[in-house]
Amino acid sequence: MDYGHSERPAGARVLPTALKVLVAGGFGAGKTTLVGAVSESRPLRTEEVLTETGIGVDDLSGVERKSTTTVAMDFGRITISNDLVLYVFGTPGQDRFWFLWDELAVGALGAVVLADTRRLADCFPSIDYFEGRGTPFVVAVNCFEGARRFGLDEIRAALDLDPEVPLLLCDARQRESGRGVLITLLEHAMKTRESRRRAAGG
Amino acid sequence: MAGDGDPADEQWVDEHAGPVVRPYAVTRGRARPVTGSFDLISLVTATRTNAVEEAGLGPEHVAIVALTQRMQSVAEIAARLDLPVGTVRVLLGDLVARDLVRVQEPREPAGVNDESIYEAVINGLRAL
Repeated sequence: MDYGHSERPAGARVLPTALKVLVAGGFGAGKTTLVGAVSESRPLRTEEVLTETGIGVDDLSGVERKSTTTVAMDFGRITISNDLVLYVFGTPGQDRFWFLWDELAVGALGAVVLADTRRLADCFPSIDYFEGRGTPFVVAVNCFEGARRFGLDEIRAALDLDPEVPLLLCDARQRESGRGVLITLLEHAMKTRESRRRAAGG
Repeated sequence: MAGDGDPADEQWVDEHAGPVVRPYAVTRGRARPVTGSFDLISLVTATRTNAVEEAGLGPEHVAIVALTQRMQSVAEIAARLDLPVGTVRVLLGDLVARDLVRVQEPREPAGVNDESIYEAVINGLRAL
């Protein structure tokens, strides 16, 4: 509040900060729906054109063989304040594009893994990935109409989730619900960070 | 299969034609920016209202300067201009080299002793 009438020269504002969280899960779990529900405008789509150099594979020199793939990522923006912006990135399809996940996961505050109880196993790779990286994550069970409802305990057991990983139900189409998921994630990420720092310091 | 001497798996067009042409044409064949790395969430702001007069700039450079009159991330620029991210990074490198845009790299959340950032986001989400 001391900055009310600052003596800094005009133009030297507070440096803006961009943060990101990821939304992962199996195909059709509702990633883009959730990204759209929480974003301030409809989700944007960005594409990475991957070539062998992009993938980091050294092919035999002189061999003219360019394999290119286009990977689309959907993302949205939530402007928290003039100098704080949160980006929500849907991760591209599992399995083939782990190296892109690595790029996305660097610096991410955390991740939401969307689960669909009709195809629960589809989110195993995402859970494995974030566990392996140490990225804080929550699992949000997207409640599709017509899908059988399971108890959270049953789902937790089926996913073999660590007890400290938050597990919650959501409706990925609803802004309120999606926002609740993000808040749960941020709280969990903050807690995880604190306990890690305490562990490192003590 | 009968009499078909051109099985689908031998078609060249899949690997050698297509979207790779346009992005590299836009960057005049360059795959890497002259300067900078440009994270997807690096924030870009134009330093001038207009870049039309600059020599050596293409329409995409000018479009980026126009777009970043309001702060945008690298990912947003790519999405709004419908260009691959790699292409946008090259163009941004050109613009940074000419001081036409300012880039704010994201902070490392792990490296900053700053719980207040988390709290600010949580409070911001609650207030939306």
